Amino acid sequence: MAVQERELPANEVLLEVKDLRTQFFTEQGVVKAVDGVSFTIKKGKVLGIVGESGCGKSITALSIMRLLPEPRGKIVSGTITFYPPEGGSVDITRLDRHSAEMRRIRGRHIAMIFQEPMTSLNPVHTIGDQIIEAIQLHQDVDKETARKRAIEVLNQVDIPHPERRINEYPHQMSGGQRQRAMIAMALSCYPSILIADEPTTALDVTIQAKILRNMRDLQRQYGMAIMLITHDLGVIGQMADEVLVMYVGRKVEQADVRELFLNPLHPYTQGLFRSIPLIGLKGKKLVPIAGSVPSPYNLPPGCYFAPRCPRAMDICRQEAPAEYEVEPGHFVSCWLYK
Amino acid sequence: MADTAVNLEASPAVPIDQERSTLTQTELIWRRFLRNRLAVIGGIILIVFYITMVCFPGFFSPHNHLIQREDYISVPPQLPRWFDEEGKFHWRPFVYGFTTELDMERFEWVHFVDTSQKYPIYFIARGEEYKLFGFIPCNIHLLGVEPPGTLFLFGTDELGRCLFSRILHGGQISLTVGLVGVILTIILGSIMGTISGYYGGLIDNLIQRLVELLMSFPDIPLWAALSAALPPEWSPAKRFFAISAILSLRNWTGLARQVRAKILAFREEDYTLAAQAMGASDRRIILVHLLPNAASHIIVVATLSIPGMILAETALSFLGLGIQPPVVSWGVLLQHAQEVAVVMDRPWLLLPGLFVVLAVLSFNFLGDGIRDAVDPYSN
Repeated sequence: MAVQERELPANEVLLEVKDLRTQFFTEQGVVKAVDGVSFTIKKGKVLGIVGESGCGKSITALSIMRLLPEPRGKIVSGTITFYPPEGGSVDITRLDRHSAEMRRIRGRHIAMIFQEPMTSLNPVHTIGDQIIEAIQLHQDVDKETARKRAIEVLNQVDIPHPERRINEYPHQMSGGQRQRAMIAMALSCYPSILIADEPTTALDVTIQAKILRNMRDLQRQYGMAIMLITHDLGVIGQMADEVLVMYVGRKVEQADVRELFLNPLHPYTQGLFRSIPLIGLKGKKLVPIAGSVPSPYNLPPGCYFAPRCPRAMDICRQEAPAEYEVEPGHFVSCWLYK
Repeated sequence: MADTAVNLEASPAVPIDQERSTLTQTELIWRRFLRNRLAVIGGIILIVFYITMVCFPGFFSPHNHLIQREDYISVPPQLPRWFDEEGKFHWRPFVYGFTTELDMERFEWVHFVDTSQKYPIYFIARGEEYKLFGFIPCNIHLLGVEPPGTLFLFGTDELGRCLFSRILHGGQISLTVGLVGVILTIILGSIMGTISGYYGGLIDNLIQRLVELLMSFPDIPLWAALSAALPPEWSPAKRFFAISAILSLRNWTGLARQVRAKILAFREEDYTLAAQAMGASDRRIILVHLLPNAASHIIVVATLSIPGMILAETALSFLGLGIQPPVVSWGVLLQHAQEVAVVMDRPWLLLPGLFVVLAVLSFNFLGDGIRDAVDPYSN
């Protein structure tokens, strides 16, 4: 690669989420969408968050962006501390979500891309106009400079003929190109953190691999951190440095990616690995996790996974487990490892 | 086999689809619009109407529309002719003059076509004075005849005023009321609709109840009461704008509801969330991301509501509550239609109604055409 990779200071924390609790207040009761999750995002690292649909992955992301559908969804406790590159620290949970300060963090410092590339670009504006808008929102540059920058990022995300395609409307592009354009828009302001919420789920597998490789390259080149939300362990294996496994709003396991793949500890994580097909393992049947995710209105006492867990003990059904550090950097919330 | 090979070679190297994909959005819209014959015809009629009536009514009318002529009271239309009474062809069309007698039984002037008087019609002729754009004195008309001849293409009214000229001048008011009223409607309707849809909650509730309140008033009595409240000493221009405002005061409610529905849908779209994630402010999201998406809808609703405005103005003036004489509008001209005698003896005085129908139909066809053309999912 022609682009020089930047030297990164190791383990520099950009974002620290502590005991985040986000709840939805609905007619049927309170839904604890995120229930006491803590993690850190470090400079130049990819944090993967895995879990089934509805486990609170996306809500964690929206809580960080302060884009929850208020007043239904609210952060009830916990802190999200952001360390801007210019120094200091901000607790995002204390900012007014409409304030200019929060808007400066969104897009400028923390950018986000979404699952559906078909709908996350505005159909009435050209790709170029939308990227230029994003640039001019956060940087004091004239339109010509912004346009040059837009062409540059489009080129970086591997869109051919960016100087021509910049004038095209979203409907003139394919799904993969739109997602690339979204990534370009997110990168246009040199964010320090990129939150990618299932960025490749809606795309073909071949395109998926290309886009992920491209994201990984750009992540190194820009020296930014990525918070990658997905339900696909394959994507995690290809992209992440550190992995967080979530189940019904709680963190069940967290480890370095190699450690997690080689030595999954939590029965839920083990179940996830048993339920994905692996090339070369002939004759081995896939084992689904028994049962289904509990209703958010009627959660079991104790560990939420206990009703489905093959190794559940009496205590699992009575009390929620604490988090244990089994190996250095490998955390698991399970009574088995007490 | 040989034939197929030849055909294959003859077929263009670039498939037609490729050429189509390089057309810009505007070109595609324009193509789709041109394919709709009725819409194009409606558009052409409206362009002609707006040029002849709104821009240069004085030039296109053969007479001054305000001059009263005692000798030409209730003259029937004088039709241009190319063949005279002996069947001889004339290159230059002409009109016959009149001999006028007093019918002592009914005590009315009766006009007989006098084939001995022939007045050839000239293009770009000098005639009665008028003011171009309302302030430049001018006496050049598109059509004219030598005095003492007259060119009453649509006849005259009971005061001897040229009806054709009056229709053109009436169109100036009637067609502009539609536009001004619709502009006011768009401004009010999209602002209220957007606020209502984007912020929701209490504001939404208040605006929607206000809309319902306004919608539940009966139209005609509301307009009548409001225009009766206009001070009589107001100048015609001031009165005209007041009438437009009164009409749009009731008309914005429909647009506001439609815009609200659109914004409610767009607000939940991913691109709105994406724009928020980019750090865009509420104002920016509304103006840059939501309204342009609703724009095609607003334009169509607006085009389709111009005829409603024209009809409303016509109705008000017909009842004597809208535009006041001597200023003319189509509604003012149609006040004659209230008399049975007109319908029986002087049916040409109903001609303004034909123009109302033409204008309203054209706007409807044009609006339909635009709606189909801007819809990216049509065919």
